[in-house]
Amino acid sequence: MTVNLVLLSGLLIVACVAVMKRDIVKAAIALALTSITLSAFMFRLASPLAAVFELSVCGGLVTVIFMCTISQTKPLVLHQEDDEELNTHGWRFAALPILLLLAAGVLARVPIPVEGLALPPATPGADVRNVLWTERQLDLLGQTLIIFVGFFGILVLFKRGVPGVERTDAERMKRAPSEGQDLNSASANEETASESATRG
Amino acid sequence: MNWEGWKGVMAVAAFLIFVPLIGLIVLNLPFGFLRRFAFAYALTLAACQAALAIFLPLPLWNRVLMPFFGLETLPLSVDRLSIVLLLSVAITVLAALPVGYFAARGANRRFEFVCLAVLAVSGMNAPAMVHDLFSLYVFIEVTTVSCFVLIALARDKDGLEGGFKYLVLSAVASTAMLTAIALLLMTSGSTSFMAVRAMLEGNSSIMAKLSIAVFVVGLFIKGGVVPFHGWLPDAYTAAPAGVTVLMAGIATKTTGVYILIRLFVSVFGKVPHIQSVLLFAGALTIVVGAVAAFGQKDFKRMLAYSSISQMGYIVLSLGAGSALGIAGAVFHLFNHAVFKSQLFVNAAAVEEQTGTRDMDTMGGLSARMPVTGATSVVAFLSTAGVPPLAGFWSKLIIVIAVWNSGNRAYAVISVLACLLTCAYFLSMQRRVFFGALVQQFSQIQEARLPFLLPEMALTLITIGVGVFFPRVLDTFILPVRAF
Amino acid sequence: MTSQMAQLIRMMTIFIPLLFIAGLYCIVVTRNLIRALIGIEILSKAATLLLVAVGYVSGRGALSQACVITLIMIEVVVMAIAAGIIVNVVQHTDSLDRRNLENLKG
Repeated sequence: MTVNLVLLSGLLIVACVAVMKRDIVKAAIALALTSITLSAFMFRLASPLAAVFELSVCGGLVTVIFMCTISQTKPLVLHQEDDEELNTHGWRFAALPILLLLAAGVLARVPIPVEGLALPPATPGADVRNVLWTERQLDLLGQTLIIFVGFFGILVLFKRGVPGVERTDAERMKRAPSEGQDLNSASANEETASESATRG
Repeated sequence: MNWEGWKGVMAVAAFLIFVPLIGLIVLNLPFGFLRRFAFAYALTLAACQAALAIFLPLPLWNRVLMPFFGLETLPLSVDRLSIVLLLSVAITVLAALPVGYFAARGANRRFEFVCLAVLAVSGMNAPAMVHDLFSLYVFIEVTTVSCFVLIALARDKDGLEGGFKYLVLSAVASTAMLTAIALLLMTSGSTSFMAVRAMLEGNSSIMAKLSIAVFVVGLFIKGGVVPFHGWLPDAYTAAPAGVTVLMAGIATKTTGVYILIRLFVSVFGKVPHIQSVLLFAGALTIVVGAVAAFGQKDFKRMLAYSSISQMGYIVLSLGAGSALGIAGAVFHLFNHAVFKSQLFVNAAAVEEQTGTRDMDTMGGLSARMPVTGATSVVAFLSTAGVPPLAGFWSKLIIVIAVWNSGNRAYAVISVLACLLTCAYFLSMQRRVFFGALVQQFSQIQEARLPFLLPEMALTLITIGVGVFFPRVLDTFILPVRAF
Repeated sequence: MTSQMAQLIRMMTIFIPLLFIAGLYCIVVTRNLIRALIGIEILSKAATLLLVAVGYVSGRGALSQACVITLIMIEVVVMAIAAGIIVNVVQHTDSLDRRNLENLKG
């Protein structure tokens, strides 16, 4: 029982770290740790196949997706609003642990009719693989469909050349130094706005 | 509702999911020439589905046609409620495909649009036919995710914004639905409709009410019911032309109010506290949607708020709880698919010809676009509930059902909202189509054929259903009551 | 019901809602688009945890695991598409701030 308690608390703490950490890369790593903890807990709850899935797919694949997105979206110049966002970050997210502690206090008082819960009789010896292939065939069909949707989604969203924005990295870098200066920033902004309006 | 004997029985129903998938695979094989058939294939698919829904008698839907690689044992079956949805899907897709295909720029974009639309069709046909809560969730996700991509298809800033907002709120809604499914699984031991229904019969424990409430909240978010409608105006306004027709016409309904109807009919039954929640949410939605539609300058945004308002009617009717209420909800679902698609097709035609959606800059377009103007009049009269058009009948049934269930105040509110609807639509019509022709638009043309044909067809359906209402009542609506 | 099971249920009723609250808080408060995705992921983990716990408690382990596997699959596709949308947004606005996406209003 203490093992469960430790794992669950660890899960919650790492999840909070993922929410509150200022640096997004560290937050993504904390998310991966959440997956690992959850997977370990799922092993304890006698769900080994689901645990392996959670570990490899959520802990692995989704973290890779996050890292790729972060690397593709690092802005070249730190804009004023990003600066402001980082500065107020602490205040805005500090409320989370307090909120969680309050909620925990409320939830611990809530009386759960633990004895009165009418649970159905257990089905003996059902194996996940059997269930998945014989009873949940429709879900497998749904998974096939969603894989196709994902395929088309990636095809649509990741193709080269965004309409209305023909910015290569060289162009963005050329514009970056002028944006950093206060004097020219206003005119530079107007310039880029009218540029993209005529182009888009 | 007889679910017995569905195991081992399967037929035409499954083909509505498999044929789109197989066709999609074939179209995407690496032979270039196949792409040309995509549009024709999708149109044929939708037309066949419409024909089947209208002409195939119900018993034939569920009969085993042939053993097909063991797929005939899939637990799918069709009942009257499903047929209404399948027909609505088919009609909306028939309207959305030409509009989306010919409004998109570039062969690649058009092909992607058709493929995603076909996937969305598969995702929308399935919830009509499954018997399992979790499968319902899976196919709702298929439809929703294909809509994310469709909204962002043009990759312009507004489309991406609309798609992202929808994505985030939809993920929250999915989590709510999963929580409810898990809680129901815990107390009933299975996710199938039969088992959950058996468990909920006469069960008034907190756990049951909590699960139902959480599920309903999730569906409210997906369906754009106030106060969870935040994503809807942005997504509809920013989406490309054909995509808005598809979404407003059927996709949002299938993942939202249709599932509500299906669950209350087949699984939850009448739950007193939830009924009052439905009534309140429905009335609130009607009023908020109508009031918000008044102040809009953007054509599509106004229509989006109008859609929200009409969803409120469906939810209100469901809250009435009687068989008549359910019939009204189902009929209004079908009608809304027809007249809202019509309005969005018109909006797309106007946007293509004038290059703007700002109603304040428009005026007197009826002089150059007579067909679009006339069909728009028919559509908005149907929305406002003017006889003898189809919308009048469905609103009448809803008002009677709500009145009979004792909630007089809500019935009065819904009637007053009809007047409000008439008001904002008249304002739209006056600003856009009537009056003197604005100088800058004096050279525009009537909408192109891919826009005109769906417009006229949908208008004919609206008028036809309204005029032949007694026939429609007997063949489609009354049988839905007999659960 | 054994006392162990009862204790487990009690722990679940505290921790799972807390995870939900953390995920929702993240989505509501953050201004960074990628952090919104982290919030969605945490919500999914809470749902996964609930499903697995429900399966364990009610003896339907096989069914709940099958559901979890499907759920994780769907989550990955949603994440991939969300990532695609974010990458495109940054190509337009060169910033990850949510407040740049307030164009559609009213």
